[in-house]
Amino acid sequence: MTQFAIDRRSLFKTTGALVVSISIPGGFAAAAPGAAVKPPLAPDQLDSWLAVKADGDVVAYFGKMDMGQGVDVAIAQIVAEELDVPLDRVSVVMGDTALTVNQGGASGSTGIQKGGIALRNAAAEARRVLIDMASNQLGVPADRLEVAGGVVAVSGEPSRKVSYGELIGGRYFDLPMTWNGKLGNDLVAEGQAKPKPPAAYKIVGQSPPRFDVPAKVFGKLDYVTDIKVPGMLHGRMIRAPVAGAVPVTVDDGPVNDIPGVRVVRDKGFIGIVAEHEWDAVQAAERLKVTWSEATPPFPQMAALYDHIRQAPVVKREVPVATGEIDPAFAGAARIVEAEYEWPFQSHASMGPACAVVDARADGATLWTGSQKPHFARDGVARALGLPQDKVHGIWVPGPGSYGRNDAGDAGIDAALLSKAVGRPVRVQGMRYEGHAWDPKGPASIHRARAALDKDGAVIGYVFESKGFSRVDIDTNESDPSCSLAGQLMGLPLKSLQGFGVPTESYGFANKRLAWETVAPLLDRASPLRTAHLRDPVGPQIQFASESFIDEIAAAIGADPVAFRLRYLTAPRDIAVIKAAAERAKWQPRPSPRPDRSGDTLSGRGIAYAQRSGAVVAIVAEVEIDRHTGKVWARKFIVAHDCGLIINPHGLRRCIEGNVVQGTSRALAEEVAFDRAKVTSVDWLSYPILDITEAPETVDIVLINRPELPPAGAGESSIRPVAAAIANAVFDATGVRLRRAPLTPERLKPALA
Amino acid sequence: MAERIVFELNGEARTVEVAPDTPLLYVLRNEIGLNNPHFGCGLAQCGACTVHVDGAPTRSCSLPVSAAAGAEITTLAGLGTPAKPHPLQAAFIAEQVPQCGYCLNGWIMTAAALLRDTPHPSDQQIRDGLSGLKCRCGTHMAILRAVRRAAQAA
Repeated sequence: MTQFAIDRRSLFKTTGALVVSISIPGGFAAAAPGAAVKPPLAPDQLDSWLAVKADGDVVAYFGKMDMGQGVDVAIAQIVAEELDVPLDRVSVVMGDTALTVNQGGASGSTGIQKGGIALRNAAAEARRVLIDMASNQLGVPADRLEVAGGVVAVSGEPSRKVSYGELIGGRYFDLPMTWNGKLGNDLVAEGQAKPKPPAAYKIVGQSPPRFDVPAKVFGKLDYVTDIKVPGMLHGRMIRAPVAGAVPVTVDDGPVNDIPGVRVVRDKGFIGIVAEHEWDAVQAAERLKVTWSEATPPFPQMAALYDHIRQAPVVKREVPVATGEIDPAFAGAARIVEAEYEWPFQSHASMGPACAVVDARADGATLWTGSQKPHFARDGVARALGLPQDKVHGIWVPGPGSYGRNDAGDAGIDAALLSKAVGRPVRVQGMRYEGHAWDPKGPASIHRARAALDKDGAVIGYVFESKGFSRVDIDTNESDPSCSLAGQLMGLPLKSLQGFGVPTESYGFANKRLAWETVAPLLDRASPLRTAHLRDPVGPQIQFASESFIDEIAAAIGADPVAFRLRYLTAPRDIAVIKAAAERAKWQPRPSPRPDRSGDTLSGRGIAYAQRSGAVVAIVAEVEIDRHTGKVWARKFIVAHDCGLIINPHGLRRCIEGNVVQGTSRALAEEVAFDRAKVTSVDWLSYPILDITEAPETVDIVLINRPELPPAGAGESSIRPVAAAIANAVFDATGVRLRRAPLTPERLKPALA
Repeated sequence: MAERIVFELNGEARTVEVAPDTPLLYVLRNEIGLNNPHFGCGLAQCGACTVHVDGAPTRSCSLPVSAAAGAEITTLAGLGTPAKPHPLQAAFIAEQVPQCGYCLNGWIMTAAALLRDTPHPSDQQIRDGLSGLKCRCGTHMAILRAVRRAAQAA
C-alpha cells in the first residue's frame, strides 16, 4: 500500500476566467448564410442558446437543470413555441459546461421562471433572424411571411417557402444578444425580437411527456454512478467517528492483502482507492485509523432547542416592520403566544452521492450529479488549482437532488483523490454518508405573538425565527471552503448567515417579521452543517406561522378559512384559499371539531404560502389512531397558482412530489445525533414516508394565469404541507403539536 | 479467493470469477457491466438494487453472488423492452412516475412479482406488497396509480 499526500501548493487557488469557450466539433455541414465556426460560448451570442441543425432540428442549450420534474420539456415547449417548430424537433442540452452557459443550475425553482427567459428570448430572436433571411431569399417583405412547422412561407402563397434547415441549418447565427452581465440565476439575455403574447401559445400550455421517463423505466438510463472511465479507480472516503476529530495514525495492516489499495490523506481528509469497487468498500471498513481526541461538539439531542434559544445571535434581520409593536401589545385585550420547533433534516437522497474526476496536470474532467454542474466545475477547478476553462464539467443524472446535498462534496473528494493517485477516480458514498454527512436543513425555533383587541381583531403581530443559518454551507460548491474536503483540509470558512420570514399577505396592523441565526454547533466539517434543503427554511417557518394563524383563529373561535380571508390582502392569496376550501367542501366552523370521540379521530386543516411569485393553499384531511397517536394524512386538496402554466401534467406531478415529500418531513423526518455524531445513518434510523402511509388522494386545482409570467413550482407546494397537517391534527384532537415531526410518540401521550 | 460462478442473466448464461462473498449487485454492475440496478443503501433497506432471483424480488446489494449460482436473474432492463414492455413499464410511462428514477428497480421488480402472484390486488394489497421500498422524490401517488393501471391492463 502507498500513502499519498495531496500536493497542496496549487490547491484552492482562485481562478480567473468566468466563461468557457469551446466550439462544438463537427456535425454542422457547410451551407450558405451564417458562420461556419461557432462563436465562443458566452451569454451574448445567440449560438450559445440555440442551434438549427442541417435537418432543421433545433437544439436548445439550457444552463439550468431538470432534476426529474420535466423542466427540460418545458424549455423545449417554450423554444418550440417561439420558433414555430414542432416540439419533437427540439432537443435540450443541459449540464455540460462546454455547451451551456452558467444559468445557475437547478436553484430556487427558477428553471422556467428565470432560466426560461433567456431561452424564450433566444428562440424569438432566432425566429426574427430566420424570417429576415427568408425575406431576402424569397424577395418578400418580412411582414408578408408566416411560419409553421419550421417552414417560412409567403402568406397566401404556400408554395413560396424555405425551411429553417435550408436557411441556417448546420451553420451558426453569429449574432450578438445583449445580456445583463450576471452569470447564474439572474442571467438575462435578450435579442431585438419580442416574444409571442401568451394568447398566441399553442405548445406552451400542453402536456407533452417527459423525455427521460422511458429510459428510466426500461433500466437504460445511465446515472453518474454508472460512469466508467478507462483506468478508473474506485474511491471511498473515511469519516470521523467523532465529529471534528482528524486522523492521527493510519495502520494499513488490515488492508494490505487487498490488491492495489492506496490511502490518500491530508489533515482531516482521508480516502482510499482500489482497482475494484468492492475492494474499496472493504478497505474503507477495515483500515485502522486512530483519531484525534476531539471534544464531542454537540449538545444532547433533547437539549437542541434550548441550545438554540440560549445561543448568541450571530445575525438578525427584520424584513417586515410596520406600525408600532409595543403600544399595540400594551393596549391588547388579549395576547396569544406560541413557540414552535423544527429539527435538522437530511436530503437523504435515494443513493449516496457519486462523482468521477479525471484530474491531469493540464486539465480535468468532472462527471457529477450535482444540480449545479457549472459551479461544481468551478469548485473542482479551484480544488485542483486549474483554470476554470481547463475543467470540463459534465452533469449525469444523480440519485436524487433537492438542494445542496452530498453531491457537492463528492466532486471535490473525487478530484483530490484523482490528483493524488494520478488516475481517474470514482467516489461514491456509503449509505451512512448520504444520511449522516450530507449538509442538513437547519433546525430552528419560531416565536409568535398576536395582540388582540376586545373584539378579537389582531392589532399587533410578531413572528421571529431563530435557527442555524440556511447558508452555513453556501448554495453551491464553487468554493471548496464550503465542501467537506476543503473544511477538513483547513480552508478559511465562509459560514454565510441567512434565514427567512413567513411568506404571506396578512394585513395585520403593527406587524414584525424577523429572523436570527446562531453559530453552527461545530464550525468545520460538521455532519450537522446547514445548507439548502428543498424550499430552504420554508417548511419550518410556514409550519410555525400557519399553525399560529390557526391558533389565533381558535383563540377567538373563528373558522380557519374565514379568519385567513378576513386578513389576507393579496388577491391571488385569497383566490387559492377560496379554491382549496371550495374543492374540499370546507364547512365553516372553528377548530377543534366538537365531537372528538371514537378510536379514529379525523380532522381538516388549511395552510397557505407564497413562494417567489407562486402561491399555494393546501387543505389536509387526517385520520389519527387514538391508541397509537399515528397520523395518516389521508387526503390533500391543493390550490396552486404559479402564473402562466407551461405544462399542466408536469406541474401536477411536481406538486404531488412536493406534497408527499412534505408529508414525510412533517410526520417522520428528524436527524438524530448524540454528543459526538449523527446517529440517523440509514432508512431505519431516518424513516421517510412509506407507501403504506401515502395519502389516499392528492387533489390538485391548478389556477392558470396567462397574464402573469411563469413562476417556479418546484418547491412552493412543499411549504404549507406541515402546517396544513398540524392544523388538521388540532382539528381532529384538540391537541396542538408545536414540535415537528408530528410523531406518534409526541401525539399519543396527549390523547390519553 | 475468486471462484467461478455461473448464472443466467436476463436469459443469457453468464460466468464470472469473483470472490464468492461479493454482493451480487457489485458483480452485476462491475464485472458484467450492467448499469442497472443501483446501489442505494447496501443494507437491503431501500430496494434500488432489486432484481428477480428465480422470480423472487431480491435485494442484490445484500446477496452474496455465491447464493445466486445457478439461478435465473432478471433485472429491470430484462423485464421488458420498449418494443415489448412489461405492463408495469407501460403503466409507469403512462403515469409518468419517476422523478429521479433511481428507486425504480425496487418498485417495478417488486410490483411485477406482486401482480404475477396477485393479478388483481386491492389498494391495500398493493400498499402492503410494496411497503418498505423507498422513493425519496415522493412519487408514491403515481406509483400506486401505475400499479393499479397495470393490474387493470392484465
